Amino acid sequence: MTACGLNPPARVLVTKIGLDGHDRGSRIVAAYLRDAGMEVIYTPPWQSIPAVVKLVLEEDVDVVGISSLATDHLIVPKLADALREAGLGHVGIIVGGIVPDDECPALLQAGVSAIFGPGSPRDDIIAHVAALAAKVRDVKNAEFREIAQ
Amino acid sequence: METGGNAADLIHRRVCARTGHAAVIGFTGAPGAGKSTLIDAYIAVLRGGGRRVAVAAVDPSSPLGGGAILGDRVRMRRHALDPNVFIRSVASRGHLGGLSESIHRVVDVMDAAGHDVIIVETVGTGQSEVEVAEIADICVVVNAPNMGDDVQAMKAGVLEIADILVVNKADLPLAQRATKQLRDMLKLRRNRQNVAILETVATNETGIDALGTAIDGLLANRAADKRKSRERRMRRLIAQAASRLAHDRMRDLADAMLDELAHKAATGEIGIAEAAKQALSLIRP
Ligand SMILES: Nc1nc2c(ncn2[C@@H]2O[C@H](COP(=O)(O)OP(=O)(O)OP(=O)(O)O)[C@@H](O)[C@H]2O)c(=O)[nH]1
Ligand SMILES: [Mg+2]
Repeated sequence: MTACGLNPPARVLVTKIGLDGHDRGSRIVAAYLRDAGMEVIYTPPWQSIPAVVKLVLEEDVDVVGISSLATDHLIVPKLADALREAGLGHVGIIVGGIVPDDECPALLQAGVSAIFGPGSPRDDIIAHVAALAAKVRDVKNAEFREIAQ
Repeated sequence: METGGNAADLIHRRVCARTGHAAVIGFTGAPGAGKSTLIDAYIAVLRGGGRRVAVAAVDPSSPLGGGAILGDRVRMRRHALDPNVFIRSVASRGHLGGLSESIHRVVDVMDAAGHDVIIVETVGTGQSEVEVAEIADICVVVNAPNMGDDVQAMKAGVLEIADILVVNKADLPLAQRATKQLRDMLKLRRNRQNVAILETVATNETGIDALGTAIDGLLANRAADKRKSRERRMRRLIAQAASRLAHDRMRDLADAMLDELAHKAATGEIGIAEAAKQALSLIRP
C-alpha cells in the first residue's frame, strides 16, 4: 500500500482550461497531492478541451483537477461531456478556486464531485481526491478483469 | 499494465506475439540537459516522415511518500493534439536504474499497438543508470555544456552505453568545449571511437534533422540482432521476477530450517551465500 492508500498510487491530472493564466493555486495543489503519495501530471494553463481528453486517455488518470479563478469553471461541463464522449465518463472531476455559490449546482450536476474554494484545508482536498480515485479505480479494475478474461 | 500481476501477465503474453515492429530509441542524460525538449523536436522530424510515435517518459517517484510530479510531457506540448503521437508519463516507483519496473510491458504494448518508433526518456541520470541500453535499440546520451565536471562524471557509466552523443544547448557558451571534452574521452576508449557526437539546440530545432538521420543510419544496421537482444532481455527479466518471487516466499516462510540457517549465518557458522543456496531448496514449489 502506498502513502495515498492506493496501489499503484492515484494518478491525478492538475490543469487549467480557459483563458486565465494564474497557476499558483494549481501548483500548490499539485505539490499537496504529490506529497500525499500521488502521481501528479501537471500542465501549464490554457489547455484546450481536446488536449485534456487526449491526456486523460494516454495517462490513464483517475481524477482530473481543474483550477479556476475567473470564469474557466463555466466550461467544465463541456469537458465532462467530452470525457464521456471519449468513453472516459468514469474519471473523477474536481474543481478548485473561485466559483460563485449560485454556479456550483450546475457543476455538480455536470458530474463534478467537489468544489474547493479558497482556504480549503489541505487534508480535505487530499482525502477527497484519494476517496474519489479509489472509486474510479474500482471501476477500472472491474473493466480490466473483464478484458483479461 | 503498469501495475503488473496476473492480469497484466495475461495481456502481456498476447501483446508479445505482436511485437517486434517498432524501433526503440532511448534518451538519457543528466537532469535538465534537455532530453524532453529534444524529444519534442525529434518527434516533429519523425512525424514529418509520417511515422507513428509513442513516448514513455520516466520521472522519479519520491523515495519517501511514493508521490511524483510527472512533468516531461509539458515539454512535448506541440504534439498535444496529434493522434499519431502517444505520450505516457511513467513514475519510477522505487525502481533504480533510470526506468521503471513496468517499462518493458509499457514498451511492448506501444509496439503491439503499431507505433513505428518508441521513445523512452529516462529520469535525469547520474553515472550508473544504464538500464535503458537493454531496452533501447539505440541509446542517445544527452549532455549539456556548463555542467562542468558533470561531463566528466558521466564518463564512467552512461557514456559507455551511448550510440550517439548529443551536446544539447549548443547555443550556450562552452558548448564547443563540452564537445571537445567528449571527443577526447571517446578517444581513450576502444570500441567507442566511431560514436557520433552531435550538437543540437533543442529549443530552436538546430541539429535535429542530423540527429534523426544518425539514428536511422544506426537502426538500419541493428535490425539483425534485435530478436536475440529481446531474448536476452527476457532472460534477465525472468531472473529478476524469480528473485522477487524467492524473496517474497522466503520472507513469509515459517520453517524451522530457515530459522536455523539464519542462526548459523548470524553466528558465522556458515556464510550468507551458502545459507542462500540451502534456503532456495526450502522454497521449491
Ligand atoms: N538554451 C537552451 N535551453 C534549452 C535547450 N534545450 C532545452 N533547454 C531548456 O532546458 C530546460 C530543461 O529542459 P528539459 O527538456 O526539461 O530537460 P530534461 O533533460 O528533460 O530534464 P529532466 O527530465 O528533468 O531530467 C528547459 O528550460 C528547456 O527549455 C537548448 O538547446 N538551449
Ligand atoms: Mg525530461
